[in-house]
Amino acid sequence: MSAPLLEVENLRVSFPTPAGRVDVVKGLSFTLGRERLGIVGESGSGKSMTGRAILRLIRSPGRQSADRLVFDGIDLQAQSERGMRKLRGARISMIMQDPKFSLNPVMTVGDQIAEALKTHESLARKDVGARVLEMLHSVRINDPERVIGLYPHEVSGGMGQRIMIAMMLIPQPDLLIADEPTSALDVSVQAQVLDLIDELVREKGMGLILISHDLNLVARYCDRILVMHAGQVVESCAAADLYQATHPYTRGLLAAVPKMEETRDELPVLDRSEWSGT
Amino acid sequence: MSTNTSKTHRVKAILSAIGGFVIVTLLTFVGLMAITFFIGRVIPIDPVLSVVGDRATQEQYDAAKIAMGLDRSLMVQFIAYVGDVFQGDLGRSVSTNRSVASDLARVFPATLEMATLGIAIGVGLGVPLGVWAAARKGTWIDQIIRVFALLGYSVPAFWLGLVGLVVFYATLDWVAGPGRVDIFYEGLVEPRTGLMLVDAALAGDWQVFWNALDHLILPAAILGFFSLAYIARMTRSFMLDQLGQEYITTARVKGVSEWRVIWVHGFRPIRVPLITVIGLSYAALLEGSVMIETVFSWPGIGNYLTVALLNADMNAVLGSTLVIGAVFILINKLSDVLYRILDPRSR
Repeated sequence: MSAPLLEVENLRVSFPTPAGRVDVVKGLSFTLGRERLGIVGESGSGKSMTGRAILRLIRSPGRQSADRLVFDGIDLQAQSERGMRKLRGARISMIMQDPKFSLNPVMTVGDQIAEALKTHESLARKDVGARVLEMLHSVRINDPERVIGLYPHEVSGGMGQRIMIAMMLIPQPDLLIADEPTSALDVSVQAQVLDLIDELVREKGMGLILISHDLNLVARYCDRILVMHAGQVVESCAAADLYQATHPYTRGLLAAVPKMEETRDELPVLDRSEWSGT
Repeated sequence: MSTNTSKTHRVKAILSAIGGFVIVTLLTFVGLMAITFFIGRVIPIDPVLSVVGDRATQEQYDAAKIAMGLDRSLMVQFIAYVGDVFQGDLGRSVSTNRSVASDLARVFPATLEMATLGIAIGVGLGVPLGVWAAARKGTWIDQIIRVFALLGYSVPAFWLGLVGLVVFYATLDWVAGPGRVDIFYEGLVEPRTGLMLVDAALAGDWQVFWNALDHLILPAAILGFFSLAYIARMTRSFMLDQLGQEYITTARVKGVSEWRVIWVHGFRPIRVPLITVIGLSYAALLEGSVMIETVFSWPGIGNYLTVALLNADMNAVLGSTLVIGAVFILINKLSDVLYRILDPRSR
């Protein structure tokens, strides 16, 4: 593998609480090539904050720090806010969770996608329009001419998420972070959306960080998996080896996944004393 | 569906909307009239007495009562009044001895002029300050703006008016004093609209125009400060709510500049609730501020209404209330129309 796309070393994110600052990400390290990395963990394990910290989008009063946060040879921590804005969207992009909340309700879909492009490239108006239509085509929207004039409340969840993908991929970034991209969608469209992300990422040779709480989904769409718990990585393995995971937390999570053919009456509850020592 | 049928649908929808508007407005109006009318008749003040004075004989009193039509039953009086109003006759004011309609045509524009400039100042400063405070939440900028807005909430109007006059008129001489124009400019321009600035501009008399503006600016700025206080606070809170939304993060992920994040992604969605706030503030100013009008000898509707109330001049009270009611209805309807233009979800 050539030089890594992203190197993260000892990443920390903290938020103040009445009882003092609490680390929600506690010293996370990983490197990523042009591959598909899955980050799994339960709610509150710090996986979403990891995604935002890579884009340096932890809002005050939250704080982030890292020993090393380097993207494609660029030290992200040394960048000014202006420098970060040039990278956001253009080089590193993120698909948000729920299109119902993450698309601007009073802007047409077409304008929102065009904005992502226009922020980073100066193009003639008709070229922008053509690129937007082309991008909508590539996310399998059949009648893009109609869709660009719609407002987010006029499209379905699945279509909303495809619009989100179009918006985040139109400036052709090198790294895509997908933060629970399908957890707000119906099961029937989840696979469509993930297949689409997978296909576009492979086609363009991007790096992908897929953040999810769904072990099977991550195992299916990723090459490598980090299992996070309470702000730390407890297990790092190739996706194919997930089911041979050794850490008791991962084993516990795997054991709690219901199976089609099973006859268990109750799913096991995680026994947290095994790894947290309390 | 062909475009033709959809066009007829649209026309029908618009017509029924207008029809609905007319009916609702009429009903609101009649309701308003009924409430004001009956309250005016049951309060323990005697309009007859205020005309004839307390030394009149019983015969004089009775004659006046019959002349004023107050001997009839309440219902008959009300129906007669409603009939008159719909013909544009608001009756005669006992205190000015002129028709209430002509009185209102004189006093309302004075208030309209002051309120309009006031709300323009309130919106022009209040909205940017509110947005700024929200964007810099928790910093000293936010604190200063909040204290400034709180002052507008808590300072009494008459005090601010008097202090304003002492400082800016008597001491610094930056602005003109009470009244609408200097005494030697009075009656120079023909009152076509009743709005001094507009009349002067129409007549091309710029000396009167600047003098009227000189008189108007201080009371309007004080009114503007009060509405600014409310508008800035509401803008700040709407904006804080917006800036916590997911699509603001989306915009930041796209690499959009902070200016665009705030003014395009944050501000656009709050225009709709802001319109309600601004509309209500404007309507409140149009009711006329008795305090400010008194301090600045401003011949506005607030003053007129207060004097009418104190003199038991029921026709004037009713007439003023109807005008104020009409203003509220109109502003509400205007806000509704603006909502539909600005919010795609309500179309």
